[in-house]
Amino acid sequence: MKLTNLAAHLGGWLDGSGPAADIVLSTRVRLARNLREVPFTHRAREEQLAMVYSSVLSAVRKTPALMSSSSLTMRELTPVDRQFLVERHLISHDLADNGRLRGLLVVPDESVSAMVNEEDHLRLQALASGFQLRSAWESINTIDDELGQDLDYAFSEDLGYLTACPTNVGTGMRASVLIHLPSLVLTKQIGRVLQGINQVGLAVRGFYGEGSQIMGNFFQISNQTTLGQSEKETVEGLERVTRQIIEAETRAREELLKDARVQIEDKIWRAYGTLRHSRVISSQEVVNLSSAVRFGVALAIPGLASVRTLNEVLIRTQPAHVQLAAGKELEQRERNVLRAELVRALLDANEPDAVNPN
Amino acid sequence: MQCQFCGKRPAVVHFTQIENQKKSEYHVCEKCAEERGFHTSLNKSKFSVGDLLAGMVDQTGGSEESKLGRVRCPRCHMVYSTFKESGRLGCSECYETFRAQLKPLLRRIHGSTRHSGKSPIKDSARVALRREIQRLHEDMQKAIEHEEFETAARLRDQIRSIETSGGAKGEAETRG
Repeated sequence: MKLTNLAAHLGGWLDGSGPAADIVLSTRVRLARNLREVPFTHRAREEQLAMVYSSVLSAVRKTPALMSSSSLTMRELTPVDRQFLVERHLISHDLADNGRLRGLLVVPDESVSAMVNEEDHLRLQALASGFQLRSAWESINTIDDELGQDLDYAFSEDLGYLTACPTNVGTGMRASVLIHLPSLVLTKQIGRVLQGINQVGLAVRGFYGEGSQIMGNFFQISNQTTLGQSEKETVEGLERVTRQIIEAETRAREELLKDARVQIEDKIWRAYGTLRHSRVISSQEVVNLSSAVRFGVALAIPGLASVRTLNEVLIRTQPAHVQLAAGKELEQRERNVLRAELVRALLDANEPDAVNPN
Repeated sequence: MQCQFCGKRPAVVHFTQIENQKKSEYHVCEKCAEERGFHTSLNKSKFSVGDLLAGMVDQTGGSEESKLGRVRCPRCHMVYSTFKESGRLGCSECYETFRAQLKPLLRRIHGSTRHSGKSPIKDSARVALRREIQRLHEDMQKAIEHEEFETAARLRDQIRSIETSGGAKGEAETRG
């Protein structure tokens, strides 16, 4: 397995820093780009894909922010490795599943990455911890400008950046926040909020983006359209809506506490207790329980884990992560045992009040 | 009510998509809903935007449609009907080839057919210039409508001077 380095570190986007990190897990901005002279990936011949790969690599080597990136082609990776990258939000299922010449470029802290020969030739991504849309946009914008001096992007003056799918044409940008909304779910207001989000032209997706399941009270909110608005307008629009959602979540939280503080604290501490002491645990259970604990952290209940630790618990206990940590493929039953160990170790090491539990 | 995709089976899945204050309603039969990934649960539904697009494109019917379907991109040789199946265009040139067919589709998806975001460094000097000229043209038109002829004349001079000196400079910059 080639990914021991990535597996041993925790991406910068998971360090729990950044504004509103107890509600917004992460911010992502991605740009879709294609090379003018090559057919889109699904129509390109293998040697054309190789040409795209080498053009991108050569442009990347001239781009300061990407100088330290490593290149991983999907062919050299095992299925578990690929799954690991999906779990790490670095590649899509689509990139992982396909046998053609496709790959990932990623800098060591994972803040910037690029998928090569996915649906579009190039999918640039900036990933940041917490609610940082503007800075994520600025960093990927700079990189895009630098790459654009070298690469001949497919672009038309009136339609913007040309993409394989017309849903991305224009800015080619998808900006998103991964947001944790337990109070809105508990108070059953989430349906109305999600409806409102759709009405202003934004999309709601699950934990791993397009086509994924909603789990652990996490929602990914992103812009739906890419034509007619500038990148800045899109980012600002999403920022405004996200701020409103954070406010709604905070209000719902206050209502909950007023009505049922003890019951909620009980639920949170029981979840913490299970995480802290279980010996066999499924991935889904970790997601749900750590969501409850995260809620406790947002409520400023002392003695629970830090946001960073919860991020680690959430990400490092996913199936491929557990197998990479073990250094071998494991059956689900074995994974559930090792996962419980990992969770206990993470909570142990990071328990803020380990010496004095009260 | 019949399914708007196959037009044969009764529509049992109904949903509304609202975007930019524009409402689109979908009425789909169970089979098409499943094929196109409109599952009630989000559980790995493999929802494909391409499929949805293909459905949207299909709404324009008639003999005109079959003619358009045979239009072929001179660069990648993809025919338009292939796009209708896959929801993916073949190459950047396809946008030019299928411009007429794509316009209404883009309007439906994005509520707009005009890019107003950034442009690549290589294109940006040229684009900025053309946009500036376009803006001046619009201003000039407005001035004429309001019978502000002096303003209009000034704007026209401005456009001319950009087109001659600035235009050449912009081209040179992009080439360099």
